[in-house]
Amino acid sequence: MTTTALPASEPRPRGAVRAALEETLLPPVVALLIALVIGDLLILAFGQSPAAVYRLLLEGTWGNAYGLGQVLYKTTTLTFTGLAVAIGLRAGVFNIGAESQLAAGGCAAALVGLALPAGVPGLLAVPLCIAAAALGGGAVGAVPGVLKAKFGAHEVIVTIMLNFVVLALLNWFVASKLHVPETLHTPEIHTGAVPRLSDAAAAFHGSAANATLAVALLAAVAMGFYLFRTRRGYELRAVGLQPDAAEYGGVSAGGVWIRALMLSGAIAGVGGINYVLGYKHYYEEGFAGGAGFLGIAVALVGRNHPGGVVLAALLFATLSQGGLAIHALVPKQMVEVFQAVVILAVAVSVPEVRRVLLSARRVQA
Amino acid sequence: MSDLSNATPAPLGGAASGTPAVEMDGIVKTFGPVTANAGATLSVGAGEIHALVGENGAGKSTLMRVLGGGFAPDAGTVRVLGRDVTGWSTQDAIRAGVGIVHQHFMLVPTLTVAENVVLGSEPRRGLQLDGRRALDEVRALSERSGLRVPADRTVAELSVGEAQRVEILKTLYRGARILVLDEPTAVLSPPEVEELWTVLRRMRGEGATIVIITHKLDEVMAISDRITVMRHGRTVERLATADTTPTEIARAMVGRDVVLPSFTSDAVKAAGEGALQVRDLTVRDARGVTVVDSVSFDVAPGEILGIAGVEGNGQTELLEALAGLRAAVGGVVRIDGRDVGGTSVRRRADAGLSHIPEDRHRRGLILDYSVADNLVLGQQHHFARRGVMDRAAVARNAAEKVAAFDIRPPSAALPARALSGGNQQKIVIAREMGRDFRVLLAAQPTRGVDVGAIEFIHGQLREARAAGKAVLLVSADLQEVLALADRVAVMYGGRFVAVLPRAAASEEVLGRYMTGAQPRNDA
Ligand SMILES: Nc1ncnc2c1ncn2[C@@H]1O[C@H](COP(=O)(O)OP(=O)(O)OP(=O)(O)O)[C@@H](O)[C@H]1O
Ligand SMILES: [Mg+2]
Repeated sequence: MTTTALPASEPRPRGAVRAALEETLLPPVVALLIALVIGDLLILAFGQSPAAVYRLLLEGTWGNAYGLGQVLYKTTTLTFTGLAVAIGLRAGVFNIGAESQLAAGGCAAALVGLALPAGVPGLLAVPLCIAAAALGGGAVGAVPGVLKAKFGAHEVIVTIMLNFVVLALLNWFVASKLHVPETLHTPEIHTGAVPRLSDAAAAFHGSAANATLAVALLAAVAMGFYLFRTRRGYELRAVGLQPDAAEYGGVSAGGVWIRALMLSGAIAGVGGINYVLGYKHYYEEGFAGGAGFLGIAVALVGRNHPGGVVLAALLFATLSQGGLAIHALVPKQMVEVFQAVVILAVAVSVPEVRRVLLSARRVQA
Repeated sequence: MSDLSNATPAPLGGAASGTPAVEMDGIVKTFGPVTANAGATLSVGAGEIHALVGENGAGKSTLMRVLGGGFAPDAGTVRVLGRDVTGWSTQDAIRAGVGIVHQHFMLVPTLTVAENVVLGSEPRRGLQLDGRRALDEVRALSERSGLRVPADRTVAELSVGEAQRVEILKTLYRGARILVLDEPTAVLSPPEVEELWTVLRRMRGEGATIVIITHKLDEVMAISDRITVMRHGRTVERLATADTTPTEIARAMVGRDVVLPSFTSDAVKAAGEGALQVRDLTVRDARGVTVVDSVSFDVAPGEILGIAGVEGNGQTELLEALAGLRAAVGGVVRIDGRDVGGTSVRRRADAGLSHIPEDRHRRGLILDYSVADNLVLGQQHHFARRGVMDRAAVARNAAEKVAAFDIRPPSAALPARALSGGNQQKIVIAREMGRDFRVLLAAQPTRGVDVGAIEFIHGQLREARAAGKAVLLVSADLQEVLALADRVAVMYGGRFVAVLPRAAASEEVLGRYMTGAQPRNDA
């Protein structure tokens, strides 16, 4: 190496890593800034001061223990559904079915919880319920996976339809076999409750935050390990990026799609315990409340990265809790507009989405 | 080539005569730590065919992207027809009549040829694409320019050669008067190259300006009026084609003397069983058309069997069927005597099959994966312990291969996308030839690589032969087939119409068979 060689012809990988990082982080950050500007404009249009609204929003969420607890509770469910959508997108499949998978998981956990005799210790009951939730959600996820791999059915259409079918079936099942009269929920479970945050710190009293959050974080770490450190993860991402090259590399795209959608469903399903074991101790119709759909936004803003998903879940949870707080000054739908802008701005900039949308076009043709 | 010397640059509409069509001066373009252009200059006269040459990674494609508005330069000026257009956008460039056909195709595979051609400036009826008119217009343009394409088929069904023509048509449709072709011939067979030359000369005759990038020096000699040579991001030489020789160009490119390819036989005399045995292999495409028609052949250990033929005569499907990527409807495939018919890609790889696929961007590489990760594609199960990737082993493998195959820049952490076309090809070569194998399927192994690298890859193929490997070589480049193969088969209409020993094969003989002359079997 002579020093007269071209300047900087010797590449430093650090530069490459930084470039990759910038490429990953820039779209969501820019999207947030854009959303903030539009949010400000909207607030001004309502004749309020943005600073006052934001102050209120922060006070109602991070500013007090109850608000924070609620944010953490919502973060938990959104982390699960966000991870579920993200693992699908990493494999090149768009799972719109997290909503019904979440519900199926919650219902399965409740059923196992109800079936277990009252004396079973939590250390046994909780894992059993988690396993049931994963199986329930995973079973729902397997359907679009198999249909796509075997018959080429587009998962977007199948998962959307399954949402209707599965939610209807669950409602029918609970309403006709299990419900407590005059309600839409199952009887209460007496085993396998997950400890509440308020058990440890009394200030959180009344908020739903519970130890399922730890399970969510664990799931994020596990998913990161799976995606980026294991052979299966290498193959899954390969299929998502370039199915033909993956096939050339000896990977069956169909197999990966089935596995990814099952995993996706299972992760969404486990999210059900946040409500069923951590909060109400029963399964109730409609408890998912759109968290499955919001998971799509969480995955997009989190750039399908487990760490990003956790942060995005925190953001969306803060917004949705904050919507209740700012009600006094502006309509709470403002928060929804804000969310929509973030989602749109990120969506157009995420290559995975463009890829999936392009493949959706083939189905229409 | 009598029409070269008397090629008079025709003045372009609006341009003062004598104003160069393209003038790029002191162009600098860096990608993070990598300097792609380090003060490159380029001056192209109006109405000339200008060849831009240089080693892999010299910065040719980057310079052309700067011209086409794909990148803004960090420094330097770009003038088109005398107008300063530095930092313009791709739309600006298209509107000004600058059309770029990129090294790697940018077509939408699910749309038809006609739809792809008109995309972005579609004829409309109301709010809808006027499909009929698009089809008619594209057919007329194809007729006029001599670029033959099946206008109503989807691009996914096309051979690479056809897709290339679609790319050129696309720029012509948008009214390109300054046309840049980035390695257009890498994917073409000799007759197709001749056709392209005819098209380009006709365009020059009509006053168009053409910049063509190629690694094949005989093509430079055949088609260009002037030549610009780049090395390490700079312009190192400007030559008039009439006053130079291939050897001189090669020396300017590489900075040393290069051995241009020629045949040397060091075949281990084929003994006994074929390492690759194929019997009555038949393959149908998605529409049920027979594309490989009961083909039988052996490749012995220590032998290179070359397959010549115009692209789209079943070579792609044959190799895909052998690799396990495509189901055969009949026939037997044996590797080292072991029947691998119906087994998976991975089984075949583990049985000793290596495969350099023809389309590195679609099959051969995962562009967003790092160089290191790409260097284990297809072998990932051998780089995992209990399901967990052994990162140290992956890194060791990468360091070895990057050094042994001179992949530049030598940084295994970069995504494959960031490497130049030729260096991407080296990743594939390194992965497939840098491991233990018995049979190698090599499709267009030197596509898009520079003369120095061709020398290297040909050396590798000969070494493999000397080491007793069986090599099946498919190349659109007849000279390559003739330089390497011990026997040459010609594929036409899905069949082997001739199998000739090297001594009996010449460009004329092969050319005749390639266009479907009488079948004969001499070997
Ligand atoms: N998007 C990018 N990001 C990072 N580096 C890049 C990018 N594009 C090109 N480079 C680097 O710039 C250099 C020049 O690349 P370029 O593609 O212009 O070479 P080329 O002369 O066209 O080579 P080839 O003949 O192999 O196609 C290479 O070192 C390449 O790795
Ligand atoms: Mg190039």
